[in-house]
Order: sequence, then structure tokens, then C-alpha cells
Amino acid sequence: MNERRAAWTFVAPALVVIGAFFLVPVVAAFALSLTDFDLYALADLRNLRVVWLGNYIDILRTPLFWKSLGNTFYFVLAGVPLSIAVSLGAALLLDSKLARFKDFFRTALFAPVVTTVVAVAVIWRYLFHTRYGLINFALAKFGIAPIDWLGDPHWSMPAIILFAVWKNFGYNMIILLAALQGIPRDLYEAAHIDGASLVQRLRHITLPMLRPALLLVAIITVSGYFQLFAEPYVMTQGNPLQSTVSVLYFMYDEGFTWWSLGRASAIAFLLFALILAATLLLLRWGRRGEAA
Amino acid sequence: MNASGRWRAIGVNALLVVLAAFSLFPLLWMASVSFMHPGEASTLPPPFLPKSATLANYRELFERAGMGRYLVNSLLVATAITLFSLVLNLAAGYAFAKLHFAGRDRLFRTLLTALVIPAQVAMIPLFLVMKWLGLVNNYGGVVVPAMATVFGIFLVRQYARTIPDELLEAARIDGAGEWRIFATIVLPLLKPIVVTLAIFTFLASWNDFMWPLIVLSDQVWQTAPVALAGLAREHVQDNELMMAGSVVTVLPVLALFLALQRYYLEGLLLGSVKG
Repeated sequence: MNERRAAWTFVAPALVVIGAFFLVPVVAAFALSLTDFDLYALADLRNLRVVWLGNYIDILRTPLFWKSLGNTFYFVLAGVPLSIAVSLGAALLLDSKLARFKDFFRTALFAPVVTTVVAVAVIWRYLFHTRYGLINFALAKFGIAPIDWLGDPHWSMPAIILFAVWKNFGYNMIILLAALQGIPRDLYEAAHIDGASLVQRLRHITLPMLRPALLLVAIITVSGYFQLFAEPYVMTQGNPLQSTVSVLYFMYDEGFTWWSLGRASAIAFLLFALILAATLLLLRWGRRGEAA
Repeated sequence: MNASGRWRAIGVNALLVVLAAFSLFPLLWMASVSFMHPGEASTLPPPFLPKSATLANYRELFERAGMGRYLVNSLLVATAITLFSLVLNLAAGYAFAKLHFAGRDRLFRTLLTALVIPAQVAMIPLFLVMKWLGLVNNYGGVVVPAMATVFGIFLVRQYARTIPDELLEAARIDGAGEWRIFATIVLPLLKPIVVTLAIFTFLASWNDFMWPLIVLSDQVWQTAPVALAGLAREHVQDNELMMAGSVVTVLPVLALFLALQRYYLEGLLLGSVKG
């Protein structure tokens, strides 16, 4: 009895904070998305009107929304596989018996993960500089003409994807490395005795055993990449030709540049629905693999 | 080792060197350029090291751009969030793991479900709440909503479950109150996860960008990343100055990570693989 009452004093403060500053706002965001909350309502609540699904319909008719959705999908569909591939490659290398100085390499490869996005985006903006950037300088050595990375709408998203891969691959690398280390060694030894090649071992032992970890990594990365914001905010400000405006960037602009808080809330919910759908899709894909 | 094995070893290590160079080069170059004279980095071919190292950019950064103030803001905000969230998450995480109360597991599952909701969904109403509380352009605007996190509670709960019940029962029979048991018996056992949670929270708060950008629009209150993003928009051509700004923003978290790396990586695994 005493324990039960005490338990509530342990959990109550945290629950109050999470409830008041996260769960209630989430519900409020849905309510807000059904209103025309704007600068006038901000000044005087009597200017607030309920528009029901008006914001959603309106947004679906806004070309910039579809543009931002396309950009975000580009970032997710190209960025996630590339990130996971680099993470997996790095994890396999670090797990190899042949690798030396493993602690140093692990720390070096992970370092970008803990850096501040804004600060390293500033570095990469400079690396991508058309005239003085080191990337074009290096490409010139191979006879490739300078690319206007952040000024050409065809190259701006690839540039941001490259930066995101650099920044994030270390995170998944650590998760995949731990999963690799959990694979029983005798599986490999048995395969070795049976004369399986490196590629065969990778395909028939490593990848199937990594499946749960890969699914987890995919879910984390997909939902993280759908929330693209700081990178374009610092590197391109959504330009050139709005080629790097992400859904979240669009929401930020609607909400905090134009103060259309009702519309911005609706965008936030559309993004949420998208992330949820992607997560459920991945989970289903993962479950189907287990059954097979 | 036979010849093909040796070649394979060279291949593995060469690839690791390439990846390490890819990871570290931008950071090393940032440091190098931050010591160059203004304009020096905008020459061809791009110089790798400063001709003569100068602290001019750092002087400009602190004297003219007010970076000192922003770093102090970041330090205060990140420290406050870390301290508050340690207390709240440790207490709640322990209770969810070890204390018995009605609806405990259902409540915890509800919290975990909330993890799928991206933080940005709450941001707009949260801004209105903060405005109503007078916490816009105030450290409180960033600190208060971050004082407890589902992730933190989850992390502590995972770890606290390993505490043997007999230990707690023995203390109860001796007549110790629940908070006293928590402070004298549980906390010392939770020490590793305390360090993990502290460094996780500090780094995340320091690096956070979108919410501080929204709630701290007034320059005086801005954290280092928010101020740096503003500077980057103003000083598009001043690469040497911007690199110095990046160095002072990244250095504290990088140093902290290097010092407490083991705890950080353990937390990462505890929070994801077992989740």
C-alpha cells in the first residue's frame, strides 16, 4: 500500500512533464489543424474559426507541398539505402578479424554522429563551394568540371544526401556491429569447413542473421530522414528553385514565418501519418521475412 | 598467414583508412581553416594548412559576433536539462521497473507508443503554451519541455530491472521509506546508467536545433547552434570565421564524447537493440 502510493510520487513529475508538454500538445495540434489559427488569432482568440478539413484540402492543393513531399521522398529513398549500405560496410569491416586498431577506427567513424548538425553543415557548405570547395578541387583531379553543388537544382539534393550519409552512418554502424558480434562464430566455421566462399557466407549467414537489426536500423533511419530540416535550413535555405524544401521546412515556414499555425499543424499531421505508414510498411516487410 | 590472407588484411585495413579519412577529414579541415587569415581559404588551390596560424577569427567571433554569450546559453540550457531530466527520468524509470502500482505496465506501454509521434507534431501548440507561460525567449522555453523524456525513462527502466527484488525487500523490512531506498540503495546501483543518460541528454540538448530556433528568436537567448545558423546566413563568404564558429560549437560535445565514449555507446545499444 505504502509502496503503491510512493510509486506515484516517483512517476508523477515525469508524467506531468510528458503529458503537459508533449501528449496534450499533440492532441491540441490536431484540434489546431482544424482551425484557421493565424496572426490575427494570435492577437485575439475571437478571430479563430473552425475550418474542419479546410487546411488539409488547401495544403493538398498547394504546389509547394507536393514539391516538398517529392524532395523529402527523394531524400529518404536515396539517402536511407545509401546510409545503411555504408553503415553495413563499415560494421562488416570493423567486425573483421583482420582489422587492426579497431577502437580507433570505431571512434573515428562514429565521431560525425555526435557533432552538431548546424556546425558540420556549415563545413560541408564550404566543402561544396563551387570555386574554392575541396570536393570540386578533388573532382578536377579526375578531369571532372566543377559542379555547382548547392546552386544547381539537380545537384542540391545529392549534396545534402552525401552530407547526411557522412553525418549519420556511424549510428547504424554501432547497432549493426553489435548484431554482427552476436552471430555465433561456429556458424561461420561450419560454413568454412563446407567450403562456402566469403560472398556465400555473407549471403546465407550474415545477412539473414542481421535481419532484425537491419529492420530496426531501417525504421530508425526512415523516420529520422523524413524529419529533414536543419541540413537544408543551413546549407541551401530550401533553394535553389525550392529543390531542397522538405515537408518539415515547409511546416516551419508556414508556422513561424507566416504564422499560419493551423495550416502548419495540418502539415505536421500529414508528416506524422506518412512516417507512421512507412514504419508499418517496414514492420510488415520484416514480419513477412520472418515467416519465410 | 598465406598470401591471399595477407592481401585480404591489407584490403580491410585500407578500406577502414579510407572511411576514417572520409569521417575525419571535414573536421580536421574545419580546425585548420579556422586558424587561417580572412580570405586565405578562398584561394586556389585550396590550402590545407594555414600559412601562419592566427587567432583573428576566434577574436572576431567572441568580440564582435558575441559567440561567448551563445556558448554560455548552450551550456546553461544543456546543463539544466541534463540535471532535471536525470532526476525525473531516474525516479520514473526505476518505479516502472521495480515498484508495483495499478496500471503500471499499461501506462508504460502507452508511453512507448508515444515514441512513434515525431516531436515536431507537438511544436506548434507547445509554442503557444510557452508563449502563454511567458517562456518564449527564455531559457525555460527550451528547458521545461525537455525535463522528462520517454526515451530516458525507457533507458533507466531497462537497466533498473536487473536490481534484485530481495535487496529492496530487505530494506523495506528494516523500515526504510521508498525514497530513502531509492537514494541509498538504488541510485548507487544505477550509476552507469546515470552517466549514460547524462551524456546522452547533454549532447542531444546541446545539438538540438529546431525547437530552440523556434522558441529563442531573440538573439540574447540563442543557443550556439541557432546563433551559428544565423551567422552562416549573414557571413556566406567569411569561411574562416564560420569554421571558427563551428569549432567552438562542436568541440565541447566532441570532447565530452571522447571522454565518456563507452557510456555513450552502451546507451545507444541499450536504447535501440534491446528495444
